[in-house]
Amino acid sequence: MTLKLAIRRLLFLVLVIWAASTIVFFIPRLSNRNALRERFGELARTGGFSPQDLEKIIASMQQQFGLDQPLLHQYWTYLGNIVRMDFGYSLYRYPSTVSELIAQSLPWTIGLLLVTTILSFIIGNLLGAVAAWPRAPRWLRLTATPFILLTGVPPVIMAILLIFFIGFRLKWLPLGGAYSVGIVPTWSWSFALDMLKHQILPALALIFGSVGGWVLSMRGMGITIQGEDYVNFAEHKGLTGGRIFRDYYLRNALLPQITGLALALGTVIGSAIIVEGLFGLPGIGNMLNLAIRANDFPTIYGIVLFITIAVALLMTLVEFIYPLLDPRIKNS
Amino acid sequence: MSTIALPPAETTRIEQPGRAVRVMRYMRRNKGLAIGILILFGLTAFTVIGLMTINPKHAYPLSAALKKPPSWRYPFGTDFFGRDLYAAMVVGMWQTAVIGLLAGGIGTLVGVIFGFISAYFSGKIDASIRTVCQILTPIPVLMIQVVIAGSLDKRDVTILTMAMIVVLLAWMGPTLVIRSQVLTMKERQFVAVAKLSGVSDLGIIFKEIMPCLLPFIAAAFVAQVFAAVFASFYLAVLGLGPLREPLLGNLIWAAQSQGAFFNGWWWWPIIPSVAMILILGSLALINMGLDELANPRVRRTE
Amino acid sequence: MNYSNLSVAPTARAAMPPLAAKVEPVLRVSGLEVTYYTDAGRAKALDNVTFTLNPGEKLGMVGESGSGKSTMALAMMRMIKAPGRIEGGSVVVGDTDLMSLDAEGMRKARLSKIAYIPQGAMNSLNPVMRIGAQMMDAVKSHLPRESRAAIEARCKRALQSVDLDPGVFRMHPHELSGGMKQRVCIAIGILLDPQVIIADEPTSALDVVTQRQVMETIDNVKNAINAAVILIGHDMGLMAQFVDKVAVMYAGRLVEFSTVREMFTDPRHPYARALIDSLPNLDNKGVFQGIPGLAPSLLRLPSGCAFHPRCASIMDSCRSVRPEPRVLAGGRSVTCHLYDGEG
Repeated sequence: MTLKLAIRRLLFLVLVIWAASTIVFFIPRLSNRNALRERFGELARTGGFSPQDLEKIIASMQQQFGLDQPLLHQYWTYLGNIVRMDFGYSLYRYPSTVSELIAQSLPWTIGLLLVTTILSFIIGNLLGAVAAWPRAPRWLRLTATPFILLTGVPPVIMAILLIFFIGFRLKWLPLGGAYSVGIVPTWSWSFALDMLKHQILPALALIFGSVGGWVLSMRGMGITIQGEDYVNFAEHKGLTGGRIFRDYYLRNALLPQITGLALALGTVIGSAIIVEGLFGLPGIGNMLNLAIRANDFPTIYGIVLFITIAVALLMTLVEFIYPLLDPRIKNS
Repeated sequence: MSTIALPPAETTRIEQPGRAVRVMRYMRRNKGLAIGILILFGLTAFTVIGLMTINPKHAYPLSAALKKPPSWRYPFGTDFFGRDLYAAMVVGMWQTAVIGLLAGGIGTLVGVIFGFISAYFSGKIDASIRTVCQILTPIPVLMIQVVIAGSLDKRDVTILTMAMIVVLLAWMGPTLVIRSQVLTMKERQFVAVAKLSGVSDLGIIFKEIMPCLLPFIAAAFVAQVFAAVFASFYLAVLGLGPLREPLLGNLIWAAQSQGAFFNGWWWWPIIPSVAMILILGSLALINMGLDELANPRVRRTE
Repeated sequence: MNYSNLSVAPTARAAMPPLAAKVEPVLRVSGLEVTYYTDAGRAKALDNVTFTLNPGEKLGMVGESGSGKSTMALAMMRMIKAPGRIEGGSVVVGDTDLMSLDAEGMRKARLSKIAYIPQGAMNSLNPVMRIGAQMMDAVKSHLPRESRAAIEARCKRALQSVDLDPGVFRMHPHELSGGMKQRVCIAIGILLDPQVIIADEPTSALDVVTQRQVMETIDNVKNAINAAVILIGHDMGLMAQFVDKVAVMYAGRLVEFSTVREMFTDPRHPYARALIDSLPNLDNKGVFQGIPGLAPSLLRLPSGCAFHPRCASIMDSCRSVRPEPRVLAGGRSVTCHLYDGEG
């Protein structure tokens, strides 16, 4: 990749992040909803302080959040804060900042996402490649069919079905939560095992919910690639089937799939977040779920922005890695 | 091996079977499309017959016994809030269809218009539409939808606003698809001929290009409906939907909030899930089938 | 070159009669048949094709598209894919009948006994592998015991023999021009000194100058390893300059097989005659004479002789009786009722 191209990619990344930040900034301000008033109004009803106090609190809070400044001024401050990854304070868990909350829950989400995305990408692409390979044994090709049928089942529904069959009916695995109720988190094997057990169903839901998409797209790609002249010529050269499959067919079919992975990241992360919320794992998804229930707007917007930026960053990263895998791109 | 046309003298008349027969034959090869249409047809029948036979009020809270498992009286059971899940399924399915068709239709329409403008008039207009699409595409749509839905007053969230939220960020896909298709069509001979013979821009668009684009527009529409149903479902599962309505996602959200599985009310989340699988599955099958119809290169190996 | 060595067996299957020659033919194809089972019916893409070739000989195979030229090449490599099937016949290279080999045996025979240089050389090289790796994996799959250094030396020798810089070894396909890619394919084809080389339209996508260079390259490497070469193509002019023998295909059948001189001075089959007449020459400058009508669909072949609807010298028997290949004086073979009394 030339330096000029690299700079253009980075500029594009900045543009995407700016666009996302701007949308997230202006949309809430277009609505007539006042987050602070709602939050403290709720507190006033339950906590029982007087309406006058409420107005005072809201005014002081608005000052603290900079909401009394002109809109443009707020916007500039906001953009500056984004650059420093500062998403402000959580309303619900004040005085924690949104960044702190994200930092707490991020390891859970990254762990789950990394494992499931890598596994479903590998399994899905291998199955799809085999399904389109005419010389693969029939039973192996048929293995892909059930996964293709799963394409219509999004991870969230997969999660519910798994909870029902494996958690509820068979009682093999827990229904939800990060660890068993009543267990105190410690650095011990039994706790680690208990925690892992709680991760299996969410992971399975994410893997089964997304593997079908990879199978399907890889199968389509494989059908195209196996008709290519170079795959035919490889056979004319008398190469063994395994070598043709690996070096000529799979390598070429996989390249567009990597671009596909970059494009699918948004959906993948979105699904993971909802599944996390469904299982009550303490990741970002659960945080978002709680924030929505508690009308904790700064946290909602912070999480959304964080995820958006993360997706844009990962996509740019894939664009930078891609030329290392495809020699055709390197020089053009 | 390519088959070559016979010389005119030799041409044997190939009997063209009737349209229906040909459609049936194609369906037999394109099984996915056939099954998808069949399921969709079944769901439509369920909804239509249901709407005529049930009392829609039973789909709302406190209209039936509480927490009853599926039985003769309540075939899908009732939930914690006293909704008859059978009635809720009928109404929810209908609302899902409204959101899907509305958002899918508007999204496709906007996409087709922008795609046409972008490709047909090229130049600066094209560059700006393309740039906007490219910048918006990497932004995870679901996240922005969460912001929009979350910013709305809960009372303002209805089936209609739901569709609008979904469509707001869903027109870029069809725009880019239609744009690239129009660009390739523009290069074809027949458009050049029409241009040379003085047909107006609009005439060319509607008489020459549009008919060729129909399969792509149909595929884009189905994809849009799928995306809209999917997005509205996710928003509802997150609790951002119109909470009072028996939307499928709302039912799952409510079931999850009340710990349905922990309490043993398994039918509450399972029934809307199965309905959603059928809806999304049939749309996915139709989408794949149309893909195969539009680009024969994606043929199955058999 | 001694043309009297050439022979064509009248009917298939029987072993080739020994000829009045010291040179043993290196390739004996007899009674080769290929059928495609399509939705629209059965198409006989190759029908009872029989011929032999001596070491060092170059055969040009011509015919319209769909006449079975490429099917011929694929059948000889046993690379006919479903819905096609090789229904019968034998392809004997040296003393091995390729049709009797098992799948693994055939894999080993490819490239080492019979090599194929592909039609679409532009896309025949794997875009994500270096040229060297694509050559070395070919050698490795046939000579697993050979050392890496020896394999590399062999590959570089092959590159040199097609006039390519050894530096190409480390390049990727997209860094090469069309002519260079075609040469790489030829270099791969000769890596294991095969006895027979089939080149399927090796020059179709190249400009005239490169075409010539590629043909000369094929000529040189053929001389170096004394292989028999089959060139498939429809450029009769190019053929005339480079081949020793010409085989004319029509609707899956070999309709004429003769030396290049006989073919251009005295073509016997009416279709071959029409092909030669359609070539532009100095006498009828500017007047192009096509062959009337179109090639028949293999799914609905005309009765009798498949060529009869377009034939200038049609007789009654042509409509009903299918002609069989017939060896004429001088060893050439023609499949036409005009020569029923001869041979």
